[in-house]
Amino acid sequence: MSRIGVFICHCGENISRTVDVARVAAEVGKLPGVAFSTDYKYMCSDPGQTLLKKTIQDQKLSHVVVAACSPRMHERTFRKAVEAAGLNPFLCEMANIREHCSWVHENIEEATVKATEIVGMMVERVKKNRVLPTITVPVTKRSLVIGGGIAGIQAALDIADGGHEVILVEREPSIGGHMAQLSETFPTLDCSQCIMTPKMVDVANHPKITLYTYSEIELVEGYIGNFQITIRKKARSVDEDKCTGCGVCMTKCPIKKIPNKFDCNLGMRPAIYVPFPQAVPNTPVIDRDNCTKFKTGKCGLCQKVCGPGAVDYEQEDTLIVEPVGAIVVATGFDLYTIAEKPKGSPIKGYGEFGHGKIPDVIDGMTFERLASASGPTGGKILRPSDGKEPKQIVFIQCIGSRAREKGISYCSKVCCMYTAKHTMLYHHKVHDGQAYVFFMDARTPGKSYDEFWRRSIEEEEAVYIRGMVSRLYQKGKKIVVMGSDIAVGVQVEIEADMVVLATAIQPQAGADTLAQKLGISYDKYNFYSEAHAKLRPVECATAGIYLAGACQGPKDIPDTVSQASAAAAKVMALFSKDKLEREPIVARVKESACVGCFACKKVCAYGAIEEKEIRDRQGNLVKVVAYVNPGVCSGCGTCQATCPSKCVELDGYTDEQIVAMIEAL
Amino acid sequence: MHTEKPKNSFEPKIIAFVCTWCTYAGADLAGTSRMQYPSNVRVLKFPCTGRIDPVFILKAFQQGADGVLVSGCHPGDCHYIAGNFHARRRFAAFRKLLEFIGVDLNRLQFSWVSAAEGGKWVEVVTDLTERVRSMGPMVEFKELAMEEQWSGTIDTPELKEAYNQI
Repeated sequence: MSRIGVFICHCGENISRTVDVARVAAEVGKLPGVAFSTDYKYMCSDPGQTLLKKTIQDQKLSHVVVAACSPRMHERTFRKAVEAAGLNPFLCEMANIREHCSWVHENIEEATVKATEIVGMMVERVKKNRVLPTITVPVTKRSLVIGGGIAGIQAALDIADGGHEVILVEREPSIGGHMAQLSETFPTLDCSQCIMTPKMVDVANHPKITLYTYSEIELVEGYIGNFQITIRKKARSVDEDKCTGCGVCMTKCPIKKIPNKFDCNLGMRPAIYVPFPQAVPNTPVIDRDNCTKFKTGKCGLCQKVCGPGAVDYEQEDTLIVEPVGAIVVATGFDLYTIAEKPKGSPIKGYGEFGHGKIPDVIDGMTFERLASASGPTGGKILRPSDGKEPKQIVFIQCIGSRAREKGISYCSKVCCMYTAKHTMLYHHKVHDGQAYVFFMDARTPGKSYDEFWRRSIEEEEAVYIRGMVSRLYQKGKKIVVMGSDIAVGVQVEIEADMVVLATAIQPQAGADTLAQKLGISYDKYNFYSEAHAKLRPVECATAGIYLAGACQGPKDIPDTVSQASAAAAKVMALFSKDKLEREPIVARVKESACVGCFACKKVCAYGAIEEKEIRDRQGNLVKVVAYVNPGVCSGCGTCQATCPSKCVELDGYTDEQIVAMIEAL
Repeated sequence: MHTEKPKNSFEPKIIAFVCTWCTYAGADLAGTSRMQYPSNVRVLKFPCTGRIDPVFILKAFQQGADGVLVSGCHPGDCHYIAGNFHARRRFAAFRKLLEFIGVDLNRLQFSWVSAAEGGKWVEVVTDLTERVRSMGPMVEFKELAMEEQWSGTIDTPELKEAYNQI
């Protein structure tokens, strides 16, 4: 007979406010098999855990149910405590009476009845729990970092400095990401390239870092400590080993007028190109869509002029398989394009403010390129339409952001600060110019941030107008911006030479596809979800995968770098062990009942099911049955639900346990 | 909370079979966000919707559930690559069977609720509860449950005879 101990947590007042915990404990105490039941203020606290351990020993408990928060929160905590008291950790179950009960119901009677039933259900379940041995798996001490922006670079350098190999994969021909595009950075106004490029060079030179640029993740297999990553290295048409980066091919290329994405299409580049002069690696790539050789078969000039013979038109995509133990996802952000609705995006197009129609209405990133010393104008602020210096410039904040009717309800976090920076950069470069800013709120939390914002008004003479723009249209060479100043209550009309829109930050295109390959969750905007908003902000719910930077939510550079280093620390902690304990939730086959139909094998997404021959003593084949490789099995249980003879069982989720729960209701 | 009093004011019993990665987490989020929904639902956690055997749904109805909810990750988002696709196929076939034996399919709901969709969880649970409430109690399976045990014990003479002939 089982001797079950039930512990009901008050969670301060979080549970006890709506659930009569004493009554639940009393009711549950009457259930057959329950030897002990009590309620306690904080079960997860040290005295709470001590109470649990002591009671297990004093009362000789055989199973434990802790009714408290979600098992996603504290299951591991209580299983550890139970193990410390000498019980198998899998004889402990949690009943979720906080997230699923006390927090979502107001009626005390209803919540108490529901809590009693939830606990009762878990009591019946735990009776059927079996002792499970912990499975240990080896850890491959190499890590994959996806994305070569500042987040990926920081994470890769930190892990590599810690002595572990890193595979850094970047989709573009060069690492650097958006930070390499920026001119100067708030709140110190130091040049972005000056602080970024040394780090990029460090990555290229680090003996522990293998860099794959112009490459994408094709396939992710395996689990924490043992991932197999297939990387598609796209055909660069230039041999990276032979190329010296001299750049002769680029100067000789007859096609020169291709808009450069890195310069927000303001500058031009040849068909064989590096995105920007400080690119890492400094190996050009041929843009096959625009190259005459690939379009017509003629030309071939770059190959002729290449001294080392690095240009290779025959090059094909290659697939590289890398075993790694941990993954850092740092795919970053993209700017919301208001000109049109991004394909497949849940976000509606803005279609206002003339972006994409009026050439002198640009977004913030384009302004960065104009202001950048290495940009298409050499750092001069010039209008894209006629190359003249704008004397009146209007900045409009919250374009897309905080616009629920347009599909984005969040704040993009960095726009207030970068707009303040833009007004300063503008004022430094166009001394007789005037900057106006339309804003809803100025959000400047962060070290030295508010001081910086005030400086833009007090010292750099930016005029801030609280209110949104109602209309914007072209009038000759001017752009008329109409809006209201709600602080003063007057209509404002400005004849501007240029308008800069602080467009919202959103995840990179294809963020959802990558998430599906990795098996991590993402929100409705495609930002990746962390395991816990406060306590596990850099980990994914999927073990062994960590997040860094704006792929998780809008972030500025300091936050991104902090999170990247935090992710690196998590990876290093994982790599500090040679073996890893994993949950023994794996499927097992009852060989006597298996008829060898292998329906399970067909549905197993992991290829964990093998064929096993059963022979008698003489060595004659009796039958072929299914065998689950516990190292490969991930524990989804699809095989069990599929098996017609019900001979596969998923430990921890057996039919017996589930049926016991249903029967308890 | 409800402006109009529903026709049947009985409290339905709703059993939800959910996967741990998406819907369970989504229900947790609804809690963390302090959203409110009817207290009729009881949640059973599975690693994946692929693990959910249709028999559990029958069992739930037999045990007195008035409505059943099965919910997991959105197509393509499965933590276990394709478990939810297997589940979807299985339940597409299973619905037909339930319909054939005379179960009103309005009592059974399948949905995709991701870990970030606390609001959708509330919506799905509230809708199902109110719908089942207006339909009244489910009696058919309760009667069946009296006659037969799910465990498969053979206790009718016909079945016993058939078994002996095998």
